[in-house]
Amino acid sequence: MTKITFVEYNGTERSIDAENGQSLMQTAVDNLVPGIDGDCGGSCACATCHCYIEGPLAAKLPELGDTERSMLEMAEGVTAASRLACQITVSGDLDGLVVRTPEGQH
Amino acid sequence: MSANVVIVGGGHAAGQAVASLRQGGFDGGITLVTAEQSLPYQRPPLSKAYLAGELPRERLLMRPPAFYEGAGVDARLGVEATGLDAGRRSLTLSDGGQLAYHHLILATGGRPRPLPCPGADHPAVHYLRTIADVDAMRPRFVQGARIVIVGAGYIGLEVAAVAIKHGLQPVVLEMAPMVLARVASPEVAGFFERVHRGAGVDLRTGVAVSAIEDRDGKAVVVSTAGDRIEADLVVAGVGLLPNVELAQAAGIDCDNGIVVDAFCRTSAPGVYAVGDCSNHPSHLYGRRLRLESVHNALEQAKTAAADICGKPQAYDQVPWFWSDQYELKLQTAGLSQGYDQVVIRGDMATRSFAAFYLKDGRLLAVDAVNRPIEFTLAKRWIKDGKAPSAQQLGDDSIEAKALAA
Ligand SMILES: Cc1cc2nc3c(=O)[nH]c(=O)nc-3n(C[C@H](O)[C@H](O)[C@H](O)COP(=O)(O)OP(=O)(O)OC[C@H]3O[C@@H](n4cnc5c(N)ncnc54)[C@H](O)[C@@H]3O)c2cc1C
Ligand code: FES
Repeated sequence: MTKITFVEYNGTERSIDAENGQSLMQTAVDNLVPGIDGDCGGSCACATCHCYIEGPLAAKLPELGDTERSMLEMAEGVTAASRLACQITVSGDLDGLVVRTPEGQH
Repeated sequence: MSANVVIVGGGHAAGQAVASLRQGGFDGGITLVTAEQSLPYQRPPLSKAYLAGELPRERLLMRPPAFYEGAGVDARLGVEATGLDAGRRSLTLSDGGQLAYHHLILATGGRPRPLPCPGADHPAVHYLRTIADVDAMRPRFVQGARIVIVGAGYIGLEVAAVAIKHGLQPVVLEMAPMVLARVASPEVAGFFERVHRGAGVDLRTGVAVSAIEDRDGKAVVVSTAGDRIEADLVVAGVGLLPNVELAQAAGIDCDNGIVVDAFCRTSAPGVYAVGDCSNHPSHLYGRRLRLESVHNALEQAKTAAADICGKPQAYDQVPWFWSDQYELKLQTAGLSQGYDQVVIRGDMATRSFAAFYLKDGRLLAVDAVNRPIEFTLAKRWIKDGKAPSAQQLGDDSIEAKALAA
């Protein structure tokens, strides 16, 4: 289990014991985290799992994939911290990860 | 008794309706009635990762069982709604039960159109709509097997791609002169034909199935071209019949789907229809549409839930869809029917391009292959009713982001 904290745009925090091997999107959907929809089920086709990841643990994330990068380029409210949650797999390395969800998806 | 909602269905639309009702503040009872043995689940992986054996069944669920418990949903799995009395607002169930409702959401989807030829009841013939369908064909979906896929729509082509990856020998028969005939242009269809043939698919267009015969337990597919193809497995993907019977028998207006207004209301008070089973007015395209896509199912479910929660918001969105075949990501936005010009941006040979469909210079739709930026932009342009000129669209030397509408 890996601790992940989701922070909504209004500051509401929820910490979750996430299952390793699941995607961050699936973790959010399974735990009813508002702001992450995952409409395409993780196919990297919808960008409704857009989130922000900052801090030292961001360096442990896999590089942006080509499709992920392109989908994000056009997403609303994109920043340097933007990621697609469906493209990130939860692992022990990410213990303590903080994930912010954008306002547009609420 | 406070107001209650009954939802009939077990797909994307039903699952989203539950979530949106609770998110929207609805605190009355919710009963979910689905003929399938599963809580609402996602169908797209059925012809992709689930068929490929790369996704466990639990991952198909839209939301985990705990969600429905937490939301206080009375979920009746494996139960069919067999009768609807729209006047008395009650449903009859296959388990003998009755359910009264204040609001009823019909999210009944559709069922595969049966192959119309003699012999279609051969045990090697399968359809692909449900988890049970995939599980049933799996023993025949094995390396080395000869699989005949009838129909080259998205589902048929996705099955062909997975079959190749798994070492099966796929033959695809398509009655129309090209693949994806209902949705794509000859240019885009030609691209997918080259990709599939290049990958080893025996793709035959302009060929229908005239009969299926039996030879020692295997199917022999007889084509209108006179070929006889022996197959371990036949997968038919020749379209969907919307499940309208429940509504129709109750006297609710149906015409290629259950007819709804912009708020997903049917002709019966308190009854909504959402997803593949519904036929809605599109302001954007100036005609009625019955769409078969996840996006439509999710958004219509949100629309019906919002109306029930007293926050009506008309449904008028740009339709979109995706399909994964081999390493290709196809994203399409809008509807191309009636186009008079196709503009290709990029080089098809590099497997990265976008095909824009225009009518009288107005952008109707895009088919984007490995081009998420063009897809996202086009979706916006279609919505706003303005787009760059055909010449700009076709000029791949201008960065897509720089293309101003
Ligand atoms: C193999 C496959 C691949 C697909 N790939 C994609 C894709 O890549 N992208 C995309 O956007 N879309 C895709 N689609 C389409 C998408 O899955 C559908 O548009 C979506 O499932 C529609 O959801 P729905 O809830 O309206 O209907 P359905 O998912 O069909 O659900 C209807 C449910 O209602 C139940 N039901 C029907 N009648 C009754 C009754 N009388 N009583 C009780 N229960 C009843 C059924 O058993 C079923 O569970 C795919 C579909 C399939 C089959
Ligand atoms: S879930 Fe659709 S892009 Fe991540």
